[in-house]
Amino acid sequence: MANHIKLKNVAREYDGVSALRGVNLEVEDGEILTIIGPNGAGKTTMLRIMALLDEPSKGKVIYRGMKVDRSNAHQYRKKVTMVFQRPALFNTTVFENIAYGLRLRDQEEHRIAARVESALNSVLLKGFGSRMAKKLSGGEQQRVILARALVLEPELLLLDEPTASLDPTNGIIVEKIIRRLRGRTTVVVATHNIFLARRISDRVGCLLNGKIIDVDKPKNIFIKPKNDIIRKFARGEFF
Amino acid sequence: MSEQLLDIVLRSIWISGTALLLSVLWSLPIALTLGLKKFRGRGTLISFFNAMLGIPTVALGLFLYMIFSHGGALGIFSLLYTPTAIMIGQAVLITPILVSLLTNAIESVDPEIRDLARTLGASERQASLAVLKEARKGGILAGVSAFNRAIAELGVALMLGGNILGLTRVLTTQIALGVNRGEIMLSIEATLVLLIIVFTLTIISNRFRRD
Repeated sequence: MANHIKLKNVAREYDGVSALRGVNLEVEDGEILTIIGPNGAGKTTMLRIMALLDEPSKGKVIYRGMKVDRSNAHQYRKKVTMVFQRPALFNTTVFENIAYGLRLRDQEEHRIAARVESALNSVLLKGFGSRMAKKLSGGEQQRVILARALVLEPELLLLDEPTASLDPTNGIIVEKIIRRLRGRTTVVVATHNIFLARRISDRVGCLLNGKIIDVDKPKNIFIKPKNDIIRKFARGEFF
Repeated sequence: MSEQLLDIVLRSIWISGTALLLSVLWSLPIALTLGLKKFRGRGTLISFFNAMLGIPTVALGLFLYMIFSHGGALGIFSLLYTPTAIMIGQAVLITPILVSLLTNAIESVDPEIRDLARTLGASERQASLAVLKEARKGGILAGVSAFNRAIAELGVALMLGGNILGLTRVLTTQIALGVNRGEIMLSIEATLVLLIIVFTLTIISNRFRRD
C-alpha cells in the first residue's frame, strides 16, 4: 500500500510543555490506524497537527509526498477532515450541519440534498434532517458529526475518541460505520479504548508521553507483545 | 401624529440607522479581532472599550464639535449642523457598545466552531463567518442596544445638529425644545414615540434571541 500521510520527527510544545516529542509515523492508504494511549499522551495534539489545526514546533507533515503547512492548509483541509471528541455542532438543523462542508465546495443544492440524505441514512438517522442538531441525544449528535465528515468523502478521516461518550448501542453503530470505511478512506482514530482499537484497527500505534513507542498489527500489540512495555500497554496499565 | 412629528420620527430612524451601519463597518472587524485573536494589549483594548461605554454624550458632542467647527481638523468639510455630523457623532458614540457586546457574543461561541469550520474545508475568512453566524443572537442584541442608545441620545444631536427644523431636528432635540418652549404636549408625544420605538425593538430582539 502507498504511503498516505507521514509525520517526520514532529514535536509540539504548548507554553514550554512538550505534548509531542519527535513523533515519526507513516499511515498507509486505506488503512485504519488507531493511536492508543492514556489521557495526556498527546493523541489529540497529534490529530490536530495532522489536520493542520496546529502546526508542529519541529518536524514536518508530509501528505502524499508533499510537505503541508499553513501556506497550503486550505487546499489540504478539503481532503482531510477531523471529528472532535466533543460533538461540536452549528446551532442549526441537522441538514444544515451536514450540508456546511458541501456548500464550501460549491455543490449544487439538489446534489447537496441527495448527499445529505444518503449520509443520514448511512448513520441511521433517516428523517432527522429538519431537527435542531443541538437538541439530539449525545449518541445522535455523534452520528451527525460523523455524517458531516463522511458526506465530504475525505481522503483522510481523523477521529478523536469517537465512542468515548456513547452508550453501547450508539458505540456499536459508530464502530460499524468506521469499519465500513476500510480500504476506501484512510482513517486515523485516537482512543484510550484498547478494546475498540483491537476490534477495528489494521494497525495500532502506542503513544506514551508524546512519543510513539510502537506501531504494529493488533495481534502483535495485544496477543504477542514484543516487550514488557507493550504488554503493559495492551493491558491498559498505563491508562 | 402630526406631519411635522412624523417627519422628525423618520429622520431620527434614518440618522440613527445610518449611524448604526457606519459604526458596524469598523466595530465588527475590531470585535472579530478582539474575540478571535490573542495578542499583546488585547485586555487593555477591551478595558478601554468597556470604559468608553459610559462616556457622556455632551463630552463627545463637544469634542466632535471642535473637530467639525470651522477651525477644526475636519472644518473644511462643513459638516457641522448637518444630518451627516449627527450620524458620525452617533456612530462614534455607539462604537464601544457594539465592540463590547459583539466581542462578548463572539467569545461566547463554542471555541471549537472555528476549528470545526476549518476542518470542514473553510478558509480563515469563512471560519470567521461561521463564528459570526453562531454569534448572531448576541449580534442582534448588540445592534438593537446600539441603535436604541443612538436614537435616545441628546448631546451629540444637539451640539452637532443644531436642532434645525426640517434638517437636523430629531426626537430627542424636539423633546428638549418642547420643554424649553412650554409645548409639553408635543414633548410628551415625541417621548411616547421614542419609547415605543425603543421598547418594540427590544421586545422583537428578545423574542428572536429566545427562538
